[in-house]
This record gives sequence, C-alpha cells and structure tokens, in this order.
Amino acid sequence: MKIVYKQILGQVQDIRLTRLDIAAGDIAKEAKPGQFVVLMTSEEGERIPLTIVDRDKDKGAITLIFQEAGLTTKILGKLNPGDSLYALAGPLGHPTEIKNYGKVVLVGGGVGIAELYPVAKALKQAGNQVAVILGARTKELLILEKELKSVSDELYITTDDGSYGRKGFTTDILKELLDKNKYVLVYAVGPIPMMRKCAAVTQEFKVKTLVSLNALMVDATGMCGCCRVEVGGKTQFSCVDGPEFDGHLVDWDELTKRNAIYLDKEQHICKLMLK
Amino acid sequence: MKKEPLEAKEKEAALRINSFDEVVFGYNEEEASSEASRCLQCKNPVCISGCPVGIDIKKFIYQITQKDYRGAYFTIRQKNDFPSICGRVCPAEYQCRKTCILTKKDSPFAAKEAINIHFLERFVGDYGMKNNLSVPQGKGALAAKIKVAVVGSGPAGICCAGELARKGVKVVIFESLHKLGGVLRYGIPPFRLPRDILDFEINYLKKLGVEFVPNCIIGKSKTLDGLFKEGFSALFLGLGAGTPSFLGIPGENLCNVYSANEFLTRVNLMCAYDFPKFHTPVNIGKHAIVIGGGNTAMDAARVALRLQKMNGIAPDTTILYRRSEVEMPARRLEIEHAKEEGIKFKLLVKPEEFYADEKGFVQEIRCLKCRLGEPDSSGRRKPIPVAQSDFKMPCDLAIIAVGLKANQILTKATPAIKVDVWADVVVNPETMETSVKKVFAGGDIVGGEGTVIEAMGMAKIAAEAILKSCST
Repeated sequence: MKIVYKQILGQVQDIRLTRLDIAAGDIAKEAKPGQFVVLMTSEEGERIPLTIVDRDKDKGAITLIFQEAGLTTKILGKLNPGDSLYALAGPLGHPTEIKNYGKVVLVGGGVGIAELYPVAKALKQAGNQVAVILGARTKELLILEKELKSVSDELYITTDDGSYGRKGFTTDILKELLDKNKYVLVYAVGPIPMMRKCAAVTQEFKVKTLVSLNALMVDATGMCGCCRVEVGGKTQFSCVDGPEFDGHLVDWDELTKRNAIYLDKEQHICKLMLK
Repeated sequence: MKKEPLEAKEKEAALRINSFDEVVFGYNEEEASSEASRCLQCKNPVCISGCPVGIDIKKFIYQITQKDYRGAYFTIRQKNDFPSICGRVCPAEYQCRKTCILTKKDSPFAAKEAINIHFLERFVGDYGMKNNLSVPQGKGALAAKIKVAVVGSGPAGICCAGELARKGVKVVIFESLHKLGGVLRYGIPPFRLPRDILDFEINYLKKLGVEFVPNCIIGKSKTLDGLFKEGFSALFLGLGAGTPSFLGIPGENLCNVYSANEFLTRVNLMCAYDFPKFHTPVNIGKHAIVIGGGNTAMDAARVALRLQKMNGIAPDTTILYRRSEVEMPARRLEIEHAKEEGIKFKLLVKPEEFYADEKGFVQEIRCLKCRLGEPDSSGRRKPIPVAQSDFKMPCDLAIIAVGLKANQILTKATPAIKVDVWADVVVNPETMETSVKKVFAGGDIVGGEGTVIEAMGMAKIAAEAILKSCST
C-alpha cells in the first residue's frame, strides 16, 4: 500500500491530474483491464473506487490516475512516494471482455482517458483495429497521448477550447468515423454527459456500445447497493455487475442524479478540511 | 417467595437517542446472582436444546449462584468463544429462553418469566473480559502442522478460527473490508454492541495466534486454488449474506432511498454519524421511513432516529411492515427499545411507489393497507393487500430492510463450489464440507440469513470436521 512513484500529468489552475504507482503485489498479479480498486487514505477516510490503469507484475505495483475532485482525491494528491494508503483492495468488478472484435472505436474524456488505456492496450494486443478518440478541456489536461498512440491504429484528439487537436467534442469525431466506416464496438469512458452523448450517437448507427460507469460506492463488493443503476429496466450494482454496461440501456438521468446525492456535503467537507 | 424476573438496567430512552452509546447496562453482581437464583435447575434442562452451540446453561447459572464466576466463564467458553457478543446480540427469546421451562409450550417467543439467560451470559462474559480470563491453548502435534484459511471475519469466521486456534492450529482470516468483524461491525450498531467489546473479542483471537489479513477479497485478490498453493490445508468460508434485497417497486433508486446495509455500513463501519471528522457522508431526512420487520429494520430505524436527534431534527422515524407486530421477526427486546425511543410502527402496509422532487430525491411514499390471511410457508399469516386502500406519507429518507441474500463474489469466481437456487453454498450438514474437498462453509452463506449464534454453531461443526479431515 506504499506509494512508489508520483507524477503530475496535467494541471491548469486547481484542476490537477496525478499518477500514483502503489505497491500491491496481489492486486498487480490478478488485475485485468477494466477492473478497479477501492482505497482509503486514512482510518477516517472514505472508500473510493479508482480504475487500475496499469500494473507491473514484476515490481508488484499498480498505477492509478485520478483528478482531484472531492476530498479523498485531494488528500490522495497530497501523498508522496514513501507514504502509505490506509486500505487498498481489489481487483474489483468484471474485467473487460477482450477478444478480436474487428474494428473498434474507443472514446476517452478527461481523466477517463486513464481508464481507457488498459482496455485499448488489451484490445490492440488481441488484434483489433483500434481507433481512439481523446477529449480534454484544454491541452494541459490531455493525458497519456503518447501511450494511447502506441496502442492504437488511429488517434484523434479534441479539446473544448481548441488549444490542441480539433476544437470540439469527442462525439463530433465519433459521428464522422461511424459515418465513414463500419465498427463492431464502441467503448466510452469519461464524464457522464460524454458517455451519454456517445451512446446517443452510436444508437443512431446501431453499434454496440460499452460504457464504464463511475457510480458512487462504499464497500464496492456488492454489499450496499449504493452504486445501483438501472440498465435495461433492471437494477444492477456497478461494483459487482459492472462497471461496464450497455450504454444504450443505461438510465443516464438516474445515474446523474444519484452521483449528486452528497454534493452539498462534499463541498462542505472540502471547505472545512482543506482550509 | 417467588422472585420476579429481573430486567437489566437501561439508559433512559430520552438520553440514549442523543448518542450511539450502549443502551442496556447489563447486570451487576448482585443482579446476576438474584436472577440466577430464579433458575429451577431442572433435571432435564430443556433450555440447552434451544442454544445452537449447546452451552451448559444449567451449569453456568448454578456457578453464578455459587459466585464462581470464573467457573461460569469457562463453562460457557467450552462451547462459545464470544459470550460478551452473544450475551448482547443473541435473540434469546427465540432460543434458550423460549425453551426455558418457564415459557409456556407453543408460545411464539419466550415468556417474561423465562430466566434472562442472555443477561447472565453477558455478565459472565464481561466478567471474564474485565479479569482477563483466557482459555489455555492446546498444543497438539498434529494441529501444529495444519494451516487453515478462514474467509470472512464475521461470526462464523471468528468462531471457526477460535475453535481451531485453541487447538493449536495456525489460522489466517481473510477479510474483504478494512475492519474486522463482518456484520458485527458494519451491521450491528454500537448501541447494541459497543466497539470496545467487539475489539476485545477479536483481539482475543490475535492472542491465540490468529492472523488477520484485511482488504483481501478471496475470489478477486486471491483465488481458492491460490490459497491451497500457499500451503493452507483447509479453507472455511464464512462469506455471509451480504447482498441487500430490494422491493422492486417504482422509485426505489431515487436519491436518499438506501438499503439498510448501505445506511448501516455508512454509519457503523464508516462512522458517518461523526461526519465531517470521518469523511463518509450519510443523508438524513425529516421523515424517515424504514421498511421491514427484522432486527436490521429495528437497527436502521434506531440509527435514523438518533441521526435526526443529533442533527437537530425533530425525530420522526416510522417502520412500515406488511404483517402485524407478532409476525415481526425482530427480537422482542429490540422492538421494545425502538418503541421506547419513539419509533412509530405502521403495521399491515405494503409500499407501492416512491415519488421524487425535481432533483431526484425521494419525498413521498405510496402504500396499500393489508389484512392478514392464512399462514404461508413461513408459518406466519400472509399479508393480503386491500384494493384501493392507497395512502401517501411524506418520506424524504427511505431505508429498505427486507432481507439479505448470499454474497456471490467468491462462488461466482469458483464455479466448482456448488450453490443452491438462492446462491447459498451447499454443504454436507454433518461436516459443513462443500462440494469441493477441504473447503468448508458456515453462517449465513449456508441456508441464508440466521443469527450470530446459529452461524457459530455451524462454524463449530466445521472446525471439528476440518481437524478430522486434516488428520486422515
């Protein structure tokens, strides 16, 4: 649970994306693309889920990348190599089904790009023809460009402000690609509005679309149901039934609302603790 | 002169809802001795048949009357490693006290006159704790060669571990959460089971040489095969019934509709009642509704009411249950405690739908009234909804406490372990061995939701069978 490496990947004002490598032999051994860990920074801390971005079996370490948003990620961002987490458990959730689908498009937005990387790498290795679309608010917040370039056949970049790549949204390019070519699978991970828009675009083209959801969790082992989400009219637990679901079947309104349940408390505690 | 049964003293209801401090104080020496002296010392002590682990109740009560508390402690410990826990959480009115001769036959639960065996057990357990009594550890040459992995640190797991460790077996307990105790920690609130008691009983296992590995999810972090490869001779699965059931009615996924497991885990395990010192939040409402009639429903309601009080909200917590009070599976003592604290009971109602405000938070619930029909397969009278009896209640916090199912993380990852239609693990009841050799199971993962002491009963059978299987 000791932090062995730290790198600030991007920063604009108080938005910061950080990479931490953490010693976790058992998790590094078992982790597969698409899976996540749950961690605590202290005994008083929250349990939060984070996707396993990479692993080094030999060194027994896993890589996590996060954007400082709530209190826990802010505390996490203050940790340095040599510091230890209080708790770390995983790998959790179903791994991504990796096989040769054929032509696939992978869409990553913001810190979701980090979650996209292990999936892209595995799909490329499995022989897929991989097109990757990355979206960021601005150039300084675009992460893992080089890494994703190395595991894709085509790479497209958009920024909201046009400071790098194409000005606009990932879905603009997604639509163009689907117009031009036939794809078997679209995989999207990022902010809820982005995944939702991706699913709306692919629905028109009737392309199977997987999304990796970032529901709130507590135990993350199927015990509490905090992360429940309606998929195709059925309640599913993101932690044990997901985190990937058919993007066309997800009740996005419900997910958006449920993810805002503690917004006021989160703002309150951030103000209080980070003074 | 016939002595009246002696209730243990309790913290006054108006005071106890201000905190999570323990409600029942327990007997002092004088009270214990007085209650023990009421025991008839029956020739045929039927009370023992009501105890899932077969504690020699007659003997330990006699020892109390002789002021031999030390002896009483070891009498209990022969059968039960955790008297301070069981004395607090055992539903005695359905077990030993129900079979006590002073309870009339065919009574659905213990009579008031039945000996307060649980309070006596608690007194003896706490005496042992205060006086640091511990059971000497056996040192079998064979046992020392055996290494057993226990999966889950709830009642079944710690009981099995204790049984084996006392015989000199090396035991490692793997727990998926960051703290130990399973449902005793995340489910049962501190006002029923104070954390220092739980910690003491778990530390006792550490003293016996049991090793604990938290944050380790067997089936995910390590596989069963992996454990055997690490050199474990046998495994015990005390996985628990960790998956909450929901009602399947519209609006159930609205914000501020919680499963009891989530609500209690946030408060009990993550200490959300002490937010923001502890960082996990929990929401509380002006009109809390708890659905269900079991112990979990009572716990959730009493937690909700305390949170209202502690947050300056006028307490308004209501339990909705579709049958009547007599059919409630909760402990009678906890139903009484809930009532004393001001929990309202709305019986014979069936929730139909939750309604939201514009932000997606629950604000109202619609129910149907019920009447009782003929007894169903559970032996309890079946609730029948009355057509067009709909009514609505304000509800800005809802907690669903309608039961728990098996946690399937391990069994789904290990298809060789046979499960039944409820996803519970199938075992040979004589040995508690699963369909995989050298893998045993007990507690709620076998046969569904039960009590702490039932889980321990299964764990003891398994511990014995594990020793036997490892010696052949």
